[in-house]
Amino acid sequence: MRNVFWASWPRRVPLSETELVVRALQESCQPASLSLAEWDLLIRQGRRANLLGRLAIGLSRANTLLAVPAQPRMHLISAAKMAERQNLAIRWEVSCIAEALASAGVDLILLKGAAYVMAGLPTAEGRTFSDVDILVPKEQIEEAESALMIHGWQGAHHDAYDQRYYRQWMHEIPPMLHVRRGTTIDVHHTILPETARVKVNTAALFEDPLPVAGFSNVHVLQPIDMVLHSATHLFHEGELDNGLRDLFDLDSLFRHFGDDASFWAGLLSRAEVLGLQRPLYYAIVFARQMLDTPVPPTVIAALPGIAPGPAVRWLMHFCYARALRPNHASCHVRGAWLAKKALYIRAHWLRMPFFLLVRHLTHKALLRPPKDERAPAPERQGL
Amino acid sequence: MSGGGLYIGILPFTVRLASNVSALGDDVLRLYGDFPLVDSNGFADFHVEVSYERGFRRWFKPLVRFYFDGRPSFIPLPVHQAFAMLEWGINWCVAAHAHQYLIIHAAVIERDGRSMILPAPPGSGKSTLCAALINRGWRLLSDELALYDMDAGLVYGMARPVNLKNQSIGIIRAHAPEAVITAPVADTTKGTVALMKPPPESVRRAREPARPAWIVLPRYQAGADALLERHEKARTFMLLAEQSFNYNVHGRAGFDGIGDLVERCECYQFTYSRLDDAERVLGELAKAGSLV
Repeated sequence: MRNVFWASWPRRVPLSETELVVRALQESCQPASLSLAEWDLLIRQGRRANLLGRLAIGLSRANTLLAVPAQPRMHLISAAKMAERQNLAIRWEVSCIAEALASAGVDLILLKGAAYVMAGLPTAEGRTFSDVDILVPKEQIEEAESALMIHGWQGAHHDAYDQRYYRQWMHEIPPMLHVRRGTTIDVHHTILPETARVKVNTAALFEDPLPVAGFSNVHVLQPIDMVLHSATHLFHEGELDNGLRDLFDLDSLFRHFGDDASFWAGLLSRAEVLGLQRPLYYAIVFARQMLDTPVPPTVIAALPGIAPGPAVRWLMHFCYARALRPNHASCHVRGAWLAKKALYIRAHWLRMPFFLLVRHLTHKALLRPPKDERAPAPERQGL
Repeated sequence: MSGGGLYIGILPFTVRLASNVSALGDDVLRLYGDFPLVDSNGFADFHVEVSYERGFRRWFKPLVRFYFDGRPSFIPLPVHQAFAMLEWGINWCVAAHAHQYLIIHAAVIERDGRSMILPAPPGSGKSTLCAALINRGWRLLSDELALYDMDAGLVYGMARPVNLKNQSIGIIRAHAPEAVITAPVADTTKGTVALMKPPPESVRRAREPARPAWIVLPRYQAGADALLERHEKARTFMLLAEQSFNYNVHGRAGFDGIGDLVERCECYQFTYSRLDDAERVLGELAKAGSLV
């Protein structure tokens, strides 16, 4: 069995027939061909993977939204409305953040979702957001934090261990919550933790970001850097609830920026400068295999030069093929639990040295209430 | 209910309900007995489940939990609160996902094709008032969630069971002895709660939306005589926006939608203490169409 894997690598990750949402998004979906039972599953998978808004936008672009049966169509329209609203809310949030930081003379670079919105990328359409991630120079992080506090953001993590975890070991200050709007901001000073095994050339990231029109102090990363950051984020992340959504983001960025030949020509050399070749490798390989992302042959030919050894390749294939799926009962495959645990530990392993890792995971295991104990109660939502 | 689940037509939605809690089955049968089981060709808007928490606690202090499409949501509650939890869970499903509607926290009742929206913060007695009136000729659309279709200018309501809290349980029992009400459940986060079965006629007509004609803010005041007064439209607007679960999701369309709704309706404040008075005054309003 294993020999087959070795020989046929790299090959398409097998998609189960039930993984409708991936098929639907890839083919921009022929709504007439789906039965109501399939729509039921598609809506559920899409909702769980946070891809429903994207599906709605795709269908409406293809002028096929009206061909969707009324019941599932309502869910698509609802998700598109929510996403549209969040896009607007992000713009407002960014302007508030920009104003707060301008008062302290801090320039910021938007990352991920907020950057896609403010750069006007198609990646932002139909996407939902949970927070705004920004990057500021390390030497200005204290000014940035106090300016945000003056303008109504407060630290959400108060215990001493959390404070130390974020400030001393990670690449950010603890997430801050706006007291009135309830929005969250993550302020980073680099894109991987201080303690990480991969050393990122942070200075190079700040060299020449693109200004966002209408603001004096708001920037986004250059296209290539933006892709490298998104790849780094996804393939260093330990909790992959949004993993498939993030892979679709990468697919969309590759397709959008890939129209310009200079993007592909500069991608590998820039990855080398920044020290981010490995995440780029995974991004290209998994986007191609799972989502059919078009990649020029010259880039594919160069991939072996940045690939890990065969054992790691096999392992990563095993894990990501199972973890980058909608977290829905219909998509569960054997080994998924193990794969997710392995990636969770790998993410921490990449983030910190061994002794710190053991200490951190022990702390979390012993002292944290399990996640669902913190689930919202209906009455708190006014119901 | 324990196998593939029941597909219940809670119009305009289909809810697939699964559970391994047998006591919940009895309550569902009693209160949702008039709702249609639908052949939905495998489509449900919301897949919900209320099931026992696993583990040794099950044998001495069983807890149940609400699942939305397989994902545990909300904190687990003692098993005798299962039905109330199901109701709160379905409310949440609708309020958090059905943005095709502007959803307002309000009771809605109808008479002669015109509907009355009773928005109000908890404690104003809207559920009590609603429960009383639907036992006296008004049709129930909802006691909690008004689903306003802004394009059509129509309101939907699902006709689900009515929530009664604390004293209102006894008040409604006295007012409408024939009403089917679940055994009161004490010590929930909302105090003692019970649910009243919706009138069969309301359930049968759940598919029919109604055109809003009146927005009435109920205000229960012990010992007060019934008093119906006009309420400023601007204030009514603010209250509806505040009581809407997804006003912000709709943005400009939501602003215009509530504006239209308030413009089209007569807006009142209604102070009352006795349900018979309330029935008389609001019945007269329904007949006359407007306060004279």
